[in-house]
Amino acid sequence: MPARSTPLFLARRSYRRRRVMDAARLLPVVGGFLVALPILWRPAETPGGETAQGVVYLFVVWALLILAAAVLARKLSPALEDEAGESGLGPERR
Amino acid sequence: MVPFNLLVAACLIYVILLFLVAFWAERQAQRGRVKWLRSPLVYTLSLSIYCTAWTFYGAVGYAARSGLEFVTIYLGPTLVLIGWWWVLRKLVRIGRTQRVTSIADLISSRFGKSNLLGVIVTLICVVAATPYIALQLQSVTLSFNVFAGPVPEGWAMRDSNSTALWVAAGLTLFTILFGTRNLDANERHNGVVTAIALEAVVKLVALLAVGVFTVWVVASGPADILSRIEASDIADWQMQPGRWAGLTFLAGAAILTLPRMFQVMVVENADERHMATASWAFPLYLFAMSLFVVPIAVVGLAVLPEGSNPDLFVLTLPLAFDQGGLAMLAFLGGFSSATSMVIVEAIALATMVSNHIVMPLWLRFRSGGARGAGDVRGLVLMSRRLSIAGVLALGYTYFALSGGSSALAAIGLISFVGVAQILPAMLGGLFWRGATRLGAASGLLTGFAIWLYALFLPSFGNGGLFGVELMLHGPLGVGWLRPQALFGIGGIDPLLHALFWSLSLNTALFCAVSLLTFPGPMERLQGVAFVNVFDHSGPTRGWSRGGAEAEDLLAMAQGILGADEAQGFFQAQAAAQGKAGFLPDTTPDFFAALERRLAGSVGAATAHAMIAQFAAGAAVSVQDLMAVANEAQQIMEYSSQLEAKSEELARTARALSEANEKLQALSVQKDAFLSQISHELRTPMTSIRAFSEILMEGGLEGPDQARYAEIIHDETIRLTRLLDDLLDLSVLENGRVQLNVQVANLHDLIDRALQAASQTRPERRFLIHRDLPTEHMPIFTDTDRLVQVFINLISNARKYCDAARPELTIRVRRRGAQVEVDFIDNGSGIPAGSQSLVFEKFARLTDTTRAGGAGLGLAICREIMANLGGTITYVPGQGGAAFRVALPARRQREAA
Repeated sequence: MPARSTPLFLARRSYRRRRVMDAARLLPVVGGFLVALPILWRPAETPGGETAQGVVYLFVVWALLILAAAVLARKLSPALEDEAGESGLGPERR
Repeated sequence: MVPFNLLVAACLIYVILLFLVAFWAERQAQRGRVKWLRSPLVYTLSLSIYCTAWTFYGAVGYAARSGLEFVTIYLGPTLVLIGWWWVLRKLVRIGRTQRVTSIADLISSRFGKSNLLGVIVTLICVVAATPYIALQLQSVTLSFNVFAGPVPEGWAMRDSNSTALWVAAGLTLFTILFGTRNLDANERHNGVVTAIALEAVVKLVALLAVGVFTVWVVASGPADILSRIEASDIADWQMQPGRWAGLTFLAGAAILTLPRMFQVMVVENADERHMATASWAFPLYLFAMSLFVVPIAVVGLAVLPEGSNPDLFVLTLPLAFDQGGLAMLAFLGGFSSATSMVIVEAIALATMVSNHIVMPLWLRFRSGGARGAGDVRGLVLMSRRLSIAGVLALGYTYFALSGGSSALAAIGLISFVGVAQILPAMLGGLFWRGATRLGAASGLLTGFAIWLYALFLPSFGNGGLFGVELMLHGPLGVGWLRPQALFGIGGIDPLLHALFWSLSLNTALFCAVSLLTFPGPMERLQGVAFVNVFDHSGPTRGWSRGGAEAEDLLAMAQGILGADEAQGFFQAQAAAQGKAGFLPDTTPDFFAALERRLAGSVGAATAHAMIAQFAAGAAVSVQDLMAVANEAQQIMEYSSQLEAKSEELARTARALSEANEKLQALSVQKDAFLSQISHELRTPMTSIRAFSEILMEGGLEGPDQARYAEIIHDETIRLTRLLDDLLDLSVLENGRVQLNVQVANLHDLIDRALQAASQTRPERRFLIHRDLPTEHMPIFTDTDRLVQVFINLISNARKYCDAARPELTIRVRRRGAQVEVDFIDNGSGIPAGSQSLVFEKFARLTDTTRAGGAGLGLAICREIMANLGGTITYVPGQGGAAFRVALPARRQREAA
């Protein structure tokens, strides 16, 4: 039974890493969707009560996007380190 | 109210602080302490030049006028930044591998290093940036006027134009001082970037302070603000879906294509990994800058008297509550936003103008082209400085002529649409190998023309450049050409109308023409290098083996990069090929590397044109084209491994054959020396024997006896000297020499050497060039030995310099802990074949009659320098024989 607890997959680390890259590619799409949502708001049927909510909605979405980007940037940093080592394009040494 | 004089004083102190910070950062960078200067934090803060005075003052005005729409200007860049894995990462990588100097250079380089595209993009950027710079000057002037009050007091200027003029002049000075310190545009401007990071902090703190004051002092907390929003005029804001989507897209496009953003994001990038931090930290900065915009607008509208300018609420709100200090901080924040934008924009535009307009013109109209180019460096720097002044002068002229238009936001958006025209060519170039030069040019020109016609020119107002008649009925009454209702589709918001038509026609033409035309070889090469930048770790090669002499190339490179840089680069390249000295083989790889290095200074197109004058034959080889056409990646990979191996073999073989040649030459020399030394020993011996025999026979008069004894004496001295030299050399070679280290002034040592060497061929009159002030530096070494080396070099010059009017230049320079002394004469120099031999024992290049010694001088020099912990090298390409003596200014203690 203990053998079942870990899925049979050898290159787990690089598999995870590629999925993190996918997530990084997806994030702006999700962000674009959330930012475009206000277009669907019905224009001022009920007077008042909307603009303040709008402000709150936009800033909350914005903060969540920043948080997600920060988490992804952290997860991507090992991939970037490897790349920089390979291509010799790390910090310039003069 | 803050006294106006105090405000001006604070402003001046702030500017002086900026100068000091920039100066300090340059000093730190010179000393190699760049770790802090090149941190992700500084990188992120430098991106904040996106937030100009338009953000600082204008965002509140924008919110007061059109509600929440202002956030689109910051949401667009946020989406681009969090999507960095798609575009920005690629852009930064390309910028670093291709040493891109500006956005015009990027486009030009991608489409076959075409200068035509460079010129088009430069023009678009200059035209679009001029009103934007004017806008910054206007905002500073406006904010000054807020404090000046109706009647000028103190130093307040009556005329708002003169304020703007002073600001423009000060910015020109700062930008020229710190923006043109180094020629290599691809190198970081540490001073500027650090000063801008400081300005970023100042403007953020200022806006946050005003925001906190508004929310927690004027109002009573967030809940109160929310209810105030509902009660204010902003609540009546209507969402316009078209503008919402359009502006978000536009702002996203602008952050990629604005010349100043490209400058800080790509050109000044020191490490690709900083992008990862910036991807969330910069959106966070934008978030913080926008957080208090709506509260300030709402409270401003409610508290301040009817009709006050909402663009200045950030200043007038604290003033209305008698918070002079806070208003002053806000003023400095606005000042920071304006100045940092202008500085970076001016640097970016000046690089483009000098690289894509001035340099190509200079290359064309100069007889002889790049060959034998003199000091191009000075020319480029001068043209860059003049361009900076020119850009600011344009901005000021626009400001003075337009008289300052009312709404800040309108100008900013017009400028955004202008630079967004570069987007199709940029993205197409990054992701589509089929994009061609003609496609890019036609798309750019179309978009630019529509932008001018439908948005930029009408923005001067009715009755400005376009008459009312034209706006209403179209040119010559052709209705479907009305500037704000092209193709008969009217009634759209003018900005959206122009954005839609210019970008869609731009993209359509770009794609259509690209599909129909055929790219040239260089375009295809560059296309692969850009689109597949992550697969191709190796740089593209564009040159077949040329017939150029490395020495000519070195002379040309020195004119552009400066002597030190160029010599260092050539030395490194030669070392990579397994060769010693300054002259690498002119392989295709070397040409490509040199071109990339030059591109960092003068742009890809110009560098390509300059190299083209040296590299003979076709610029693109068949193998390169096949590499482009070849779709079978695996075969390529395999062959590239083979190639790498065979390259290594070739390198080893080159080193071996060089060693072999040297050995053979040495063996020939050694034979020559043996006969030479026997000859040298034998001649004095013969005369000594002959005269001593005469003396032994006796019967000589007193004077004759004395004369013969003197001849014998002289000959023995000659013998002794020869043997001394040999002995000296063997002692030096074995490192058993006793050094007598003391401190001395280098200037005095050179004086001593010149005096001593003047005995050599005293009949020759030498013109000696020295730069006395640089020579005065203390030096800790064995001074007698060092002088011996100097004497040897100077007397060599006196002996061998074959110029009719011989001259000798002595140049002293300090480079880190090293002191370098160059001795350069104006003779014909040493032929390339013999340069590696001059330091060998018994090497003498000319016949023996002219030289007095046995050819040991330079060999002794080399051994002395090795013992002193320094080197002596021959430097080719200096217009004569040139020797460089390099030694540590302070001799380190031997480890042994």
